[in-house]
Amino acid sequence: MIKIKNLHANVEGTEILKGIDLEVNPGEIHAIMGPNGSGKSTLANVLAGHESYEVTEGEIIFENKNIVEMAPDERAREGLFLAFQYPIEIPGVSNSVFLKTAINEIRKHKGEEEISAKDFLALIREKAEVLGMDSSLISRSVNQGFSGGEKKRNEILQLLTLNPKLAILDETDSGLDIDALKIVAHGVNKFKNDNNAVILVTHYQRLLDYIIPDFVHVLYKGKIVKSGDKNLALELEERGYDWIIKEQPQAV
Amino acid sequence: MNKENNIKDWYLENFNQFNKVVSDDIFKSLRKEASAKFENSDFPTKKDEEWKYTSISPILNHEFTPSPLFMGDKEVLPIIDKYLIKDLEVHLLVFVNGIFNKELSKIGEVENGIIIDNLYNLSKNNPEFISEHLSTKNDTNNSFNFLNNVFTYDGFVVYIPKNKVIEKPIHVLNIASNINKPLVQPRNIVIAEANTEANIITEYVGTEKSEYFTNILTDISVDENSHITFFKLQNESNAAYHIDKTEIIQKASSVFNHFSLSFGSRIARNDINTKLDGENIETHLYGLYLGNEEQHIDHHTFIDHAKPNCMSNELYKGILDDKAHGVFSGKILVNQIAQKTNAFQSNKSVLLSDEASIDAKPQLEIYADDVKCSHGATVGKLDEQAYFYIRSRGVSAESARSMLIRAFIDDVVSEIKIDQLKEKVSDTIFEHLHREKF
Ligand SMILES: Nc1ncnc2c1ncn2[C@@H]1O[C@H](COP(=O)(O)OP(=O)(O)OP(=O)(O)O)[C@@H](O)[C@H]1O
Ligand SMILES: [Mg+2]
Repeated sequence: MIKIKNLHANVEGTEILKGIDLEVNPGEIHAIMGPNGSGKSTLANVLAGHESYEVTEGEIIFENKNIVEMAPDERAREGLFLAFQYPIEIPGVSNSVFLKTAINEIRKHKGEEEISAKDFLALIREKAEVLGMDSSLISRSVNQGFSGGEKKRNEILQLLTLNPKLAILDETDSGLDIDALKIVAHGVNKFKNDNNAVILVTHYQRLLDYIIPDFVHVLYKGKIVKSGDKNLALELEERGYDWIIKEQPQAV
Repeated sequence: MNKENNIKDWYLENFNQFNKVVSDDIFKSLRKEASAKFENSDFPTKKDEEWKYTSISPILNHEFTPSPLFMGDKEVLPIIDKYLIKDLEVHLLVFVNGIFNKELSKIGEVENGIIIDNLYNLSKNNPEFISEHLSTKNDTNNSFNFLNNVFTYDGFVVYIPKNKVIEKPIHVLNIASNINKPLVQPRNIVIAEANTEANIITEYVGTEKSEYFTNILTDISVDENSHITFFKLQNESNAAYHIDKTEIIQKASSVFNHFSLSFGSRIARNDINTKLDGENIETHLYGLYLGNEEQHIDHHTFIDHAKPNCMSNELYKGILDDKAHGVFSGKILVNQIAQKTNAFQSNKSVLLSDEASIDAKPQLEIYADDVKCSHGATVGKLDEQAYFYIRSRGVSAESARSMLIRAFIDDVVSEIKIDQLKEKVSDTIFEHLHREKF
């Protein structure tokens, strides 16, 4: 699905990602954990093609194509999706126009016909129901005045309607109460199948109780410093990151 | 001799010619008087406070021909279908180069007493009416306004007697041709007596790249308790020049909405002056301007709060790309006796390129003490984070940009209460945003 090789990236001249290697295959769920500021969101944004980040070295091979030079919208049309840590409010753009445009651009890319108004509504209703969302949110401006939890659910609503190949979820769990967390996890599990993949960025084991990862990686200072299975997350929950950090060779 | 004198002479010579061609009519003395004033006035320069952001000298570089002079020329009728407002029944008045075209127009039945006509026709058939209602007040006139008066000939006239309503909107379509470099000078009059209602949609269009000069004078009088909404869609050719002075006078308890929707022209200057001459008046001035390439779009508004207990509300939004330049100057005068005035003004613009620019100048002159006035101007760029967010969902850069722009101007567009017109304006905006870049 995606193969990240020796990825280095800068933001405003400072190197944040310092050589990341990661391979995700169809059907897999990878969790990425790590202390604040270690570069998790940076990695997510770089994968999605945010233009403030400059890739200085390495490759991102997504579905056999190097996407480093690809525009964010092109990547999305190829099947990559990022659920934002901080979803953006867009006053004046309604959720429905936004989603419908996105769906249609993706469909057009696949050579499919535009979605009809009726099918669109049905699709949104169905997915909103999975997430226990009030379908009136669909007519409101994108994320405007949404509560923290509503914003996160809205990200998952987009995930479900756009149905990408690879979903990168950046702290979709943070700020959710336990019920909302379960609902969101349920949404992600509904999305998941053998042909797609998920990269979950999270600080907490509690999400991983509901979305069981096949692999867990620890990102620290722009590098993956440890990888393991789901038990690594449990260990991190118990012991924190210190023991891993101490294992690291001192920076020169 | 300098360029300005040359061009003045050009127009004065044309006036001599005009006098030979146009038979005597009721405007004769008015024109003569105006020609003297025109001769003795100077075109505004950047040294004039009111013109300091707008250089009109490109206009003076061209010799435009007053359109009544080539009226006899055989011309192919323009195709107007694409300008019509879909699914909206209107009274349609079409002017070609400023001259009423009967074949293309379609004015429906109206109640007795209501007049929807053109100035030329009325000057022949109802000269008393014209003498009574044509404002000859010219104390605020500049050379351009005098120039309009020198060639007074045609324009649209709407008259609504007391207690009448014009149900269907009036659509006044002004088309400029791409031959002869015409000087097009509508002289428009709207008179709404007490307790009346009407929607008037004026539109100015021209074929792409054609050079001409539209120089408009419009007088609007809104009497007690009347509700008038006036739209101007300016979608001139990008090589055309457009100067418009609209004078509005409102009486007690009237409501007047003005929309200036600007898309076209090389240089556009709009003066919208409104006097609130009565109590409990409501005035809304909305504006939208989309500029690109080297367009220069200037709006000067003036709201004169002459009486107490009125409210005025101004909302202007601009989008400027490439090397486009916008100007917004909003003057609000609150007279000493105009207590309990509420006046709001907001001008917001988005610059899409580093070379685009805007000059914004709010001017509040307040002589009453019990008033609520506010003004605000912002200039910004499109929200980068929102742009990325939209694109990250697969929406192309162009569509994402257009989505954000349309969101930015939505509060102006959503004030257009005629859905079919709103649709047309949205389409125009869309076309403008997605036009080919040069
Ligand atoms: N646009 C930016 N401009 C400047 N610095 C940035 C920018 N984006 C990220 N950084 C810096 O890069 C480093 C990594 O940030 P990032 O957001 O990727 O961390 P994170 O692992 O996601 O942290 P958290 O767990 O708090 O979300 C931080 O030091 C941050 O300040
Ligand atoms: Mg983060």
